[in-house]
Amino acid sequence: MLRLRAVELARMVREGEVKAEEVIEAFYERVAKVDGKVRAFVRLIKERALEEARRIDQTVAKRGRLGKLAGVPIAIKDNICIKGVEVTCASKILAGYRPPYDATVVARIKAEDGIIMGLTNMDEFAMGSSTENSAYGPTRNPWSLDRVPGGSSGGSAAAVAARMAPLALGSDTGGSIRCPAAFCSIVGLKPTYGHVSRYGLIAYACSLEQIGPMARTVEDCALLLSIIAGRDPKDSTTANPPRPFNLSEVKGEVKGVRIAVPKELFGEGTEPRVAEEVWKAIHLLEELGAKYEEVSMPSLKYALAAYYVIAMSEASSNLARYDGVRYGFRANAEGDWSKVYSKTREEGFGPEVKRRIILGTFALSAGYYGRYYLKALKVRSLIRNEYLSMLKKFDVIISPTMPTPPFEIGEKVEDPLSMYMMDVDTVPVNLAGVPAVSVPCGFIDGLPVGLQVAGRFFEEAAILNVALAIETELKLYSKEPEVA
Amino acid sequence: MEEKLTEELVKHLAWLARLELDEAEVKSFTEQLSKVLDYFKILDEAETEGIEPAFNVLELSNVMREDEPGPTLSPEEALANAPLKEGEYIEAPRMV
Repeated sequence: MLRLRAVELARMVREGEVKAEEVIEAFYERVAKVDGKVRAFVRLIKERALEEARRIDQTVAKRGRLGKLAGVPIAIKDNICIKGVEVTCASKILAGYRPPYDATVVARIKAEDGIIMGLTNMDEFAMGSSTENSAYGPTRNPWSLDRVPGGSSGGSAAAVAARMAPLALGSDTGGSIRCPAAFCSIVGLKPTYGHVSRYGLIAYACSLEQIGPMARTVEDCALLLSIIAGRDPKDSTTANPPRPFNLSEVKGEVKGVRIAVPKELFGEGTEPRVAEEVWKAIHLLEELGAKYEEVSMPSLKYALAAYYVIAMSEASSNLARYDGVRYGFRANAEGDWSKVYSKTREEGFGPEVKRRIILGTFALSAGYYGRYYLKALKVRSLIRNEYLSMLKKFDVIISPTMPTPPFEIGEKVEDPLSMYMMDVDTVPVNLAGVPAVSVPCGFIDGLPVGLQVAGRFFEEAAILNVALAIETELKLYSKEPEVA
Repeated sequence: MEEKLTEELVKHLAWLARLELDEAEVKSFTEQLSKVLDYFKILDEAETEGIEPAFNVLELSNVMREDEPGPTLSPEEALANAPLKEGEYIEAPRMV
């Protein structure tokens, strides 16, 4: 049962071949067995999940109508709100916070009878690429327990890779879905900016982030996207796509597809063996009838710096709300408002969050705003324009997702810049706003390598189509980590 | 124009952000963030003459909706998460 795809599970539940309660129990059993080692989940909501499962089973017995996710267990990142369930962004400052409402993505999953199992570990406030910056401690990579699962949605990726959940949601501000998807050998998609509602996603950098699906197969990933995507009146930055996302367009047919391969995304930090695996997959696509061309996108040189300036600036502003007064943790401090506020934040935030608040405050402060923040926004225009013109000539852009295989726990956490450098291939699409998916494309010494496919605004079907062609050829979803 | 992130500046920024730091943090952040800031200076090289800043990527503006009343949170729900409260009020530290 743990190996079944979400589409199969939902069909079996709907047709009464298996009970939703049995499905849910099987996955919680798996969690009980392996999560002591992996530490993907920070909070399980088993009682609620079982209640949901029984309700679904009753509906099946009465031959009632059920949704596309009937009885499918789903893991959700600890920055997405479920009414009445504690959500913390893996931060002490939100300890005890129970949202009074459901995120739109949660409401949409419930409406299709999906069952949320619990919340998964992450870098605090989604700031990181390793899931080490968590108040709960690090999550481990199921493929090699002394390595990071990637981040910031590392818990969601590890849960899916270790067969603890068939589907998960993550959020991606600069690669936080694609990085852990690549490091854990699963499929993860960052939708077009504005395609999925951020209502109920706890904010880090609003102009960059999107919630997106994570799964073991392209088909499951596409299924979850089809459910969460679409305009939401509660998020005014969502837009109606010119054509709604259509699952049936994801066929794995790549004949005639034009692929751009930018040399800047195979830069000096890229491990040669990673580049090799990605090139093998590109040549495979060529054999299937796609055409590729090596191209140059010179503005990408500035992408990492522009991304971090914008993300830190938005973070310093967004996180000003944590004052210890309205919700979450409040330090036991004497004194006036400023004193209590400062003390609460000192005790409540971890070091990476503090660093980003400091540097974001710097980039927004008088005298530096023009040189850093405004300049970064102009560079974002350059990058966006370069993507748009490249995607006039080509259908998709392919690169490695991560420049290296998963690194060791503790290797980079004391050297923030070296950690930021890991995001060099993932941040450009967040700046441009276009969608991108990471799909497994190989292993190096037993460690996963992911390939990134980016495409045009709202054309998720086109990038998933290329990802499916790779998946169908390589069948890497059948490989399993040996964690037990 | 050469900017350096000094310990003094880090302390000042921390004050602006209402974020107390201990001495060890001031020291390590100054060192770590100086490296990051040096890296950010690559932006100086980008040719952006005449380029408009992109505040958002979809170029949406003034998204409006009808002003229709709908359900809102009850006072109990709205106050449920406040660490300190009195009656229907949130208790805040004194301002002055």
